[in-house]
Amino acid sequence: MKDLSLHLMDIAQNSTHAGAHRVDIVLAAESETRMLVLTVKDDGKGMDAEFLARVTDPFTTTRTTRKVGLGIPLLKLAAELSGGSLEIDSEPGKGTFLRTGFRLDSIDRIPVGDIPGTIAALMTAWTDIEWTLCLQSAKDRYEITTAEIKEVLDGVSIGNPAIAGWLAESIEEAMTNVFGGILDEIAEGS
Amino acid sequence: MKSLKDLEAIREKAKLELSLRETTGKTRVIVGMATCGIAAGARPVMAAFNQELQLRGIQTASVSMTGCVGVCRYEPMCDVIDPNGEKTTYVKLDAEMAKRIVAEHIVNGHVVYEYTIGAAEKQ
Repeated sequence: MKDLSLHLMDIAQNSTHAGAHRVDIVLAAESETRMLVLTVKDDGKGMDAEFLARVTDPFTTTRTTRKVGLGIPLLKLAAELSGGSLEIDSEPGKGTFLRTGFRLDSIDRIPVGDIPGTIAALMTAWTDIEWTLCLQSAKDRYEITTAEIKEVLDGVSIGNPAIAGWLAESIEEAMTNVFGGILDEIAEGS
Repeated sequence: MKSLKDLEAIREKAKLELSLRETTGKTRVIVGMATCGIAAGARPVMAAFNQELQLRGIQTASVSMTGCVGVCRYEPMCDVIDPNGEKTTYVKLDAEMAKRIVAEHIVNGHVVYEYTIGAAEKQ
């Protein structure tokens, strides 16, 4: 897991696995706190207090094939190495809220990676879920929802192969508008 | 600037192509996208499937994802399920292999045996 976009794919898969109907993803660069904050909120089945307490333990997993689950522990480690943190709130039957912060200026902050690729893959693969992506910084704000896309598509599946490419390009533009010059790895747009 | 307006063109093209091929069944491509698959490079594989299908204007196949299948050493992997229900499992994929699977398997109906789990297990 070399970048944040791969971790995001992993975390979002947990939401799909939890049977979520709605997943809201927010990536925000906060200028006051100098933090890059990623939140993922779902309305899936949630976790009880006992499971939640040990969910950052690598020897906790819902897998049935073996006893190791590394997704959340690796993300927590990556966040903490940059001087950030990871927190999870969850309630059985209600859903789960994950928040992880990375210090913007830390040399140990993992790059954001291909966020457009991750979102395009999620939105077009899990077509029954209503996804929302929000990107924000002091410069700009961008939001896209699968509900508005489906409305325009008028019956054509959002899983249609042509949609993934359009989504990735649209979000790529938004990443430049919102984070260009703010995140070291994204150049300011022309 | 990209806008939701672009989708209208995609929609009209899709509707047109769908109406021409309503009689044929659907092929499903399912890419493993658990922690193991993601770390091994499943996302570019999935993107390559979508790109190649779009490039060839194929409306009769869909790409989705699933969790951990349990044989993480073979990731990235995918199942291709033909309209007749026949399933082929491809392993240790990359973007180029995905394109070839679209061309040979999904378009022409020939399984790419050298990429299958059966071939990998003989090695």
